[in-house]
Amino acid sequence: MSSLLGVIIAVNPVPWARAQMAFTLASHIILVPLGVSWAFMTLIANYRGIKHEDRDALLLAQRWSKYMAVTFAVGAVTGTVLSFEFGLLWPRFMGQWGEAFGIPFAFEGLFFFTEAIFVSIYIYGWRRMEPWSHFWTGVPIVVAGIGGSASVIAANAWMNDPSGFTLDSAGNVAKVDAWGVIFNDAMPLMAAHMVVAAYVVGGFLVASVYAFAMLRGRLDRYHRIGFLIPFTVAAIAMPIQIGVGDSLARWVHHNQPVKFAAIGLVPETSSNVPERLLGQLNDDGTVSGGVTIPGLASWLADPSTGTSTDVQGLETVPVSDRPTVRQVNVVHIAWNVMVGLAMLLFLVSLWYGAAWLFRRDMPQSRPFLLIASTTGVLAIIAMEAGWVVSEVGRQPWIVYNLQRVDDAATPNTGVWIMFVVVVVLYLALAAALIYVLRGMSRRFRDAEGKDVEVPYGPTDGTGTRDDNPAVPEP
Amino acid sequence: MSTVAAVILFIGVTAYTIFGGADFGAGFWDLVAGGTDRGDHPRRVIDHSIGPVWEANHVWLIFCFVVLWTCFPDAYASITLTLFVPLAIAALGIVLRGSGFAFRHAVLRTSERRAFGALFATSSVLVPYCLGAVAGGIASGRVPAGGEAGDPLDGWVNPTSTLGGVMAVTVGAFLAATYLVWDARRIDDAPMVEYFRRRAVGAAVVAGVVAFAGIFVLRADAEYLFHGLTSRALPLVILSALCGLTALVLLFRAVHRGARLAAVGAVASIVVGWGVAQWEYILPQTLTVDEAAAPSGTIGAVIVATVLAVLFIFPAFGLLYRLDQKGVFPEAGADGTEDLEDDD
Repeated sequence: MSSLLGVIIAVNPVPWARAQMAFTLASHIILVPLGVSWAFMTLIANYRGIKHEDRDALLLAQRWSKYMAVTFAVGAVTGTVLSFEFGLLWPRFMGQWGEAFGIPFAFEGLFFFTEAIFVSIYIYGWRRMEPWSHFWTGVPIVVAGIGGSASVIAANAWMNDPSGFTLDSAGNVAKVDAWGVIFNDAMPLMAAHMVVAAYVVGGFLVASVYAFAMLRGRLDRYHRIGFLIPFTVAAIAMPIQIGVGDSLARWVHHNQPVKFAAIGLVPETSSNVPERLLGQLNDDGTVSGGVTIPGLASWLADPSTGTSTDVQGLETVPVSDRPTVRQVNVVHIAWNVMVGLAMLLFLVSLWYGAAWLFRRDMPQSRPFLLIASTTGVLAIIAMEAGWVVSEVGRQPWIVYNLQRVDDAATPNTGVWIMFVVVVVLYLALAAALIYVLRGMSRRFRDAEGKDVEVPYGPTDGTGTRDDNPAVPEP
Repeated sequence: MSTVAAVILFIGVTAYTIFGGADFGAGFWDLVAGGTDRGDHPRRVIDHSIGPVWEANHVWLIFCFVVLWTCFPDAYASITLTLFVPLAIAALGIVLRGSGFAFRHAVLRTSERRAFGALFATSSVLVPYCLGAVAGGIASGRVPAGGEAGDPLDGWVNPTSTLGGVMAVTVGAFLAATYLVWDARRIDDAPMVEYFRRRAVGAAVVAGVVAFAGIFVLRADAEYLFHGLTSRALPLVILSALCGLTALVLLFRAVHRGARLAAVGAVASIVVGWGVAQWEYILPQTLTVDEAAAPSGTIGAVIVATVLAVLFIFPAFGLLYRLDQKGVFPEAGADGTEDLEDDD
């Protein structure tokens, strides 16, 4: 019996550990943009609401903050799971590198604390705080959101560019320069890329919900503002993101040439490398399929030298030190998806911007709203794809050129059980989250017209509000 | 340097026990509050009390993890290797708990509230048990050093772990009931003051009995820890017992002033006592604090982060608790329809 159990349980933990990390991160990263950028958009609405006595904007801000309470809670717990997983799945990575890799998290903790505290104050403070002091309690959430994600990305960037430490003869970390760890070379661009991504994704995601509502005929002012604020934020962030992404790609060209080769599907070092859309790397090292644009990859890698720029090929490093053929193809496709969607979203942003410029109004046509209602999902896919490029492109390393993923994983053979449980749990969580948010939305809509909630509204002097009829149970 | 890091770690553990523990305890009282109708009133007080503060309370756990993995990476690796199972259960329980609590606030239908509430409440017992069992496994020297895995089952299914788990649940329940007496008084809810006062007395008695039984468990199962508790940590053990007795007497006689402080003192001093008792080991008898410590550059960074926390986070925390205590946060619900005041 115990031997049978042993056979069932004794499964190679490495692929399961990877799968679980990938799955839980991919889930968590969807909630991150909401945690980072939604507060900013809420504050815009809140500001409008107080400054211009705009009741719609104020109501919107209050409702957004209530959705935020839910998504922030789920983001907080899925984030906590990640901090367990560092140890549960990658104990040898943490044991070896925790003293360096771990440092940015000490500062992330500060930002997270700040965020958690002020999210509570802001969400619970609507009724009894002074309007402007209440508004200001929202500002630390925005700052902490940016600082927190930059800190986490600093740790992730360190895996791409491990620096700020010296090793002793046994290969253990002997000296640490915390500043060098946090502000490693990869950090500024990667952090900027993620923070801007949070504004792109958060903006498009929230806006797409209101675009969808407008398609269904809810064309009132409330829904219009609900669309305009986040969509404007995203449309402004989008071109910035393309610029940051372009710089980051050039950084990768110089510092992680193998990842760059995987992105561009370049087997051998050469100049005048074409940009290939789709296509694949074959097991024999040849590249086939797809559409090529001559010289573009070289030109993008360094416009100053143009098409004569050398791009290092995959074959310059031993097979064991570079991603497998399958991983290369995954990186390449993910890159195509990310860039393709970014271009699409950029065009939609241009359309929106042009309409404002020439007509002083958002595009009202049905096709625009139809496309706008899909931007949220598209932006999420682009972000996930970008993250796949970054992580899969680093394989087989967990710490670039220093530690392999295989050497970092836990030897616990029962990891697959946890993986299965986590997947089931997260799927249920996602379903429940969507159900709850939709329920809130429906309830808000049903309450329309009835004076259920006026932020900063008058109180009856006893501290309780008088215009607060209970919503009957459905 | 390494001593400073260990002190910071233990400040984190103590804070998590006091704040997070009480939060779990509130979930325990939610669980045992009875059916939908009977349990409605206490559940509302619990919701009202922990709603605004629960997320911030649990950041302490992250704080402990971060200090552990940056300052004592070998210890962190060894702990997660050996205690994979209880830590995995705790992680998943935290997901259920947090989302269950948030979702319960966001729905109105009774059946849905009950389902999410049940998730929240059961995981409120499961998680502290697992974390207490982890503490027991570490304290009784079952986690070997050197990035090796100890026995995957014995590491957390053993007398000291059972003691740790039961202790964590009862101590949380004791703290929570004591805080809830205070919270119920603040909103002038006399029946609930009495309700939670009785439970606080009950929990204090149970916690005392468990602690007393623990003496024998530790003597038989965790020699090094027992020795430490009866020598250099003895003053803290005595302080904890005195504080616990004071809290019990005050609660029993319905003297509310000071009961909360005494309860916190009882719990904090025993947690600190644990740290002192297993000194100078981070993993008793296999890895000392000094051996496990990261290079000074790392610890320096953690000290900087801690100082920043004291300067910026503590005042913010104070603000949150003060606003909460002043009743600035009247409502917690999805649409502001569940003010406690409206029902009374």
